[in-house]
Amino acid sequence: MRSQISRRAFIKGSIAAAGTVVAGTGIAKAADALVNGKKEPLATLLDIQKCIGCEECVRACRDVNAAKYPEPEKPFPKMYPKTVPVQDWSDKREVMDRLTPYNWLYIQHAFVSLNGRETELTIPRRCMHCANPPCVKLCPWGAAKQEKNGLSRIDADLCLGGSKCKAVCPWSIPERQTGVGLYLELMPALAGNGVMYKCDRCYNRLEKGETPACIEACPENVQTIGPRREILEQAHTLAKEINGYVYGEHENGGTHTIYVSPVPFDQLNAAIEKGKGKPHLDRVENMMADGTNLSRAMLIAPLAGLAAAFGKFYLKSKEK
Amino acid sequence: MKSKGKTRSYIYGLILFLITLSGFGQMPIFSRYYIASIPGLGWLGEFYTTHILHYASAAGLIFLAVYVLFDFVVQGAGGKRITGSGYLKMGIIAGLIISGGLMVVKNLPGIYWDHTAVIVLDLTHLGFCMALLMVSLYTLIFKKSWVK
Ligand code: SF4
Ligand code: SF4
Ligand code: SF4
Repeated sequence: MRSQISRRAFIKGSIAAAGTVVAGTGIAKAADALVNGKKEPLATLLDIQKCIGCEECVRACRDVNAAKYPEPEKPFPKMYPKTVPVQDWSDKREVMDRLTPYNWLYIQHAFVSLNGRETELTIPRRCMHCANPPCVKLCPWGAAKQEKNGLSRIDADLCLGGSKCKAVCPWSIPERQTGVGLYLELMPALAGNGVMYKCDRCYNRLEKGETPACIEACPENVQTIGPRREILEQAHTLAKEINGYVYGEHENGGTHTIYVSPVPFDQLNAAIEKGKGKPHLDRVENMMADGTNLSRAMLIAPLAGLAAAFGKFYLKSKEK
Repeated sequence: MKSKGKTRSYIYGLILFLITLSGFGQMPIFSRYYIASIPGLGWLGEFYTTHILHYASAAGLIFLAVYVLFDFVVQGAGGKRITGSGYLKMGIIAGLIISGGLMVVKNLPGIYWDHTAVIVLDLTHLGFCMALLMVSLYTLIFKKSWVK
């Protein structure tokens, strides 16, 4: 009897504890966000053959987002161990031919053969805004965020600069600036290393109903923004018209950045300069797929545990 | 019966070890502090590997927790009662499973949760983890068992 009571008390206790946790995690808010998040995400179409490489978009991005750029304090606090890299772009703000904390968009050049003629194609490159962004989902504590419109950004007030987002990004997009951000207030010697920066899709402009600066500034209307489904339709219509190719629809399980090119992307990828701050145009498998599949399989774990416990009970009572 | 309890303890210990290791692997510390440079431990610096290992060991923990719980509910433990520290650990594990489960849901495609809720969730999970480690250390040192 004693054990009966204690078991009942224990179950009650666990339920109460679980209730506290659920309330504490803001599940009600999360559920609300889940419902509101059902909106169709935004995507952009980039018509590569229209781009003339004038870099107006790059300059517009730098102008509009200048206030968000890091202003690091120097000298930087010493970091341990000594091999932790200091990444300082604050004296190289003018660099425009790659991604940096001060340059979230740049133009890639590709010399390719198009209809038998040697042609230069220019490709605006920035964060792809993945549909299920590893940078956001795997950020250890929510500094990288995905907005309800599907676009992602890194909160400079929260980021500690551990660069995990860059490590898990299939295009290694985010770039670090040492000497800024929250880590300075915590244990700068032992943890953190600045803040990660990347295209934030001009989220503050979008919130006000404005268009991202790079889209607005382009004299050739290279980019179109709209609901992802419509953008995909447009992309496929365009690809059909020009006998072209689509990139970004299935990469990393789907992105919100859809490129259409008159030449195949493996040719473009071979022709562009790649490396630090210069993302590739390779095919990318869905990096989050294993986790997604495993989480479905995880649902079986409690059922299996239940079945095992009752199975054992059943066998025992049969023995008796 | 005794050996069965021992097997459970070893499995629990192994899961706790793997889940803690892979959990800490979610933070970019193993590479910074050379732990991932130790031969054979390079995978600790690979975030997708530790992510999958964390999920897999979480599935193991959930299985074990549900099994032990219902085994106790339907069969009892020979008239034994759960100790105070046992209750505490159970509460913490329940918290870990619930907060972790929510984090798994958060990571699914098409889930856009409130930013603050995500931060609270991440910190709650970390808090439960630290609490479990401390209480487990206490029960290990002072030889406190789950039931008495
Ligand atoms: S402004 Fe338009 S045309 Fe000029 S480089 Fe940018 S995308 Fe290309
Ligand atoms: S491209 Fe990289 S940085 Fe951009 S959303 Fe995808 S994972 Fe994140
Ligand atoms: S969307 Fe905004 S932040 Fe992103 S590249 Fe364009 S201008 Fe820059």
